Amino acid sequence: MATAEHTGTEGLSGGDGVRRRDFINIAAVSFAGVGAVAVVLPLVNQMNPSADVLALASSEVDLSAIQPGQAIKTTFRSQPLFVRHLTPKEIAEADAVDASTLRDPQTLEERTVDGKKQWLVTMGVCTHLGCVPLGAGEGEVRGEYGGYFCPCHGSSYDTAARIRKGPAPLNLEVPEYKFTSDTAILVG
Amino acid sequence: MSFPWAAHYTPKAPLMKWIDERLPLPRLVYNSIGAGYPVPRNLNYMWNFGVLSGLALVIQIVSGIIMAMHYAANDLVAFGTVEHVMRDVNSGWLIRYAHANGASFFFIVVYLHIFRGLFYGSYKAPREMVWLLGLVIYLLMMATAFMGYVLPWGQMSYWGAKVITGLFGAIPVVGEPIQTWLLGGFAPGNAALNRFFSLHYLLPFVIAGVIILHIWALHIPGSNNPTGVDVKGPQDTVPFHPYYTAKDGFGAGVFLILFSILLFFAPNFLGHPDNYIEANPLSTPAHIVPEWYFWPFYAILRAFTFDFFFVPAKLLGVLAMFAAILLLFFLPWLDNSPVRSGKFRPVFKQFFIVLCIDVLILGWCGGAPATAGYVMISQIAAAYYFAHFLIILPLIAMFEKPLPLPNSITEAVLAKHNLQGEEPAAVPAE
Ligand code: HEM
Ligand code: FES
Repeated sequence: MATAEHTGTEGLSGGDGVRRRDFINIAAVSFAGVGAVAVVLPLVNQMNPSADVLALASSEVDLSAIQPGQAIKTTFRSQPLFVRHLTPKEIAEADAVDASTLRDPQTLEERTVDGKKQWLVTMGVCTHLGCVPLGAGEGEVRGEYGGYFCPCHGSSYDTAARIRKGPAPLNLEVPEYKFTSDTAILVG
Repeated sequence: MSFPWAAHYTPKAPLMKWIDERLPLPRLVYNSIGAGYPVPRNLNYMWNFGVLSGLALVIQIVSGIIMAMHYAANDLVAFGTVEHVMRDVNSGWLIRYAHANGASFFFIVVYLHIFRGLFYGSYKAPREMVWLLGLVIYLLMMATAFMGYVLPWGQMSYWGAKVITGLFGAIPVVGEPIQTWLLGGFAPGNAALNRFFSLHYLLPFVIAGVIILHIWALHIPGSNNPTGVDVKGPQDTVPFHPYYTAKDGFGAGVFLILFSILLFFAPNFLGHPDNYIEANPLSTPAHIVPEWYFWPFYAILRAFTFDFFFVPAKLLGVLAMFAAILLLFFLPWLDNSPVRSGKFRPVFKQFFIVLCIDVLILGWCGGAPATAGYVMISQIAAAYYFAHFLIILPLIAMFEKPLPLPNSITEAVLAKHNLQGEEPAAVPAE
């Protein structure tokens, strides 16, 4: 095979010692590299949620049957959704807390729609590792802060579904939603 | 292979000779697990667990491939098809129980195999690569078992998948996209079940490949032994076959008896009853626990209930859990003592026993509900686990005065039998 001494006959691009073969090597490998990346991208991307999964993007919830103090569990994007009708006492409890002292500082106002403070709509997914907290169903424990209690690793949420105790880092997520009438919401 | 006195393969049957000349596969087998592989003569029963791990893998692959003939990875029917295996398929119950309990036995023998290596210093030079490849196998096993547990689509399957993929959600910024990417949705569903089945089928064969590398790397220096002293000459070794094939065969018999006892008399002892309830995304079981073989790591995960500087508790727990495993990759360089075997390391030996107890405590906490008491015990035990590897081992290596080592394996063996001075009459040939 050709050694360095022979390169003169194969055409140097100049006196800098760069051979034509080096250039061809780099060009070929770079092209193959770009090609490989172009192939890998769809192979990785196919793992992301498919169109039919993404299509289940919004759901409607009827609020008329939920009495103050009650809550319901429904689904949004195949995950649990909690809708809770707060009592004046629960609202007062949530407002009595100085939000700036909380792990994830937010007021009840910021977590509800203007003028509809009694309607607390959150995902039923613990922000720790994703269990469904208790407290929305009839007769379930609500934990020491009266909101929700996650049995998995003991996170307690208050009546504004804010994290108060346990390993969860954040408040229960409030999804995007709007009131379509006084007694119905559209989530997503 | 490894020693110059290893027996050479000379096929006697014409067919074997014919094959060997065209594809030297018989030679490879002879030199790896036959009479052509010289092994220290003093191996004790702790050296059975490598072969037993291989046996467990074979049991998993055979029972798994059979089950895959009757199972359907679709979230609407998966739970039903597993029940179909249990109730309708001929001998299906046996095959499924063998697979589910086989996974447990696989981990039992692998844990004993790992702790054997920890005690006898098998991770030290020149066997670092053997140790590292072993850890790769262990990681692959954990991934395989985790994904297998999701397949029956029971409550524990579903919530296990949710909690474990939720671990990735703890990573800042990219965490949630990664979690969604892993699951192919916002929560475990059909997409996740399908990909887990695909990978659960694939990974055992990847494991088989890495096992070949593991043994290849082992056969360069040859096996370690209970004294940790290097092989000095032919008198220190015996051929793998028939000596260790016989010893491993006996071990396999004991393994299969114990396996059968569990399989036929208590097949659900290690399982969780909630996994006989179909997955329900709206209701979390009161007490989510992974399979027992993950408990020590689960305890470490849950031990972090406090934020540290800017790192939230959730992320800390996840980092600690992964670190607890990845730490083992650095072990050959953390323990600098030139003496391999714990037998000759009086201080190390005591701390080794403490480590074993510590891991058992972690396991016990990991299986228990996350109440304050258990969490506190987990915190202490987790701290000790890290201290053992990062602080205690390096310190022992510096200050410990090891006991005098035997001059050779043969000397150690003969001393044990009060035959000192008498040279062995003859080394068993081939
Ligand atoms: C490294 C080896 C393997 C390990 C550790 C392993 C582990 C597991 C575990 C823990 C389960 C859940 C058992 C239960 O609770 O029901 C499972 C299920 C399953 N595995 Fe495997 N497995 C292995 C290899 C294989 C192979 C090679 C196949 C072939 C396709 C396979 C096919 C299946 C199927 C179809 C199920 C679902 C049925 C069931 O849940 O019992 N496995 N596996
Ligand atoms: S998942 Fe809720 S506390 Fe861990």
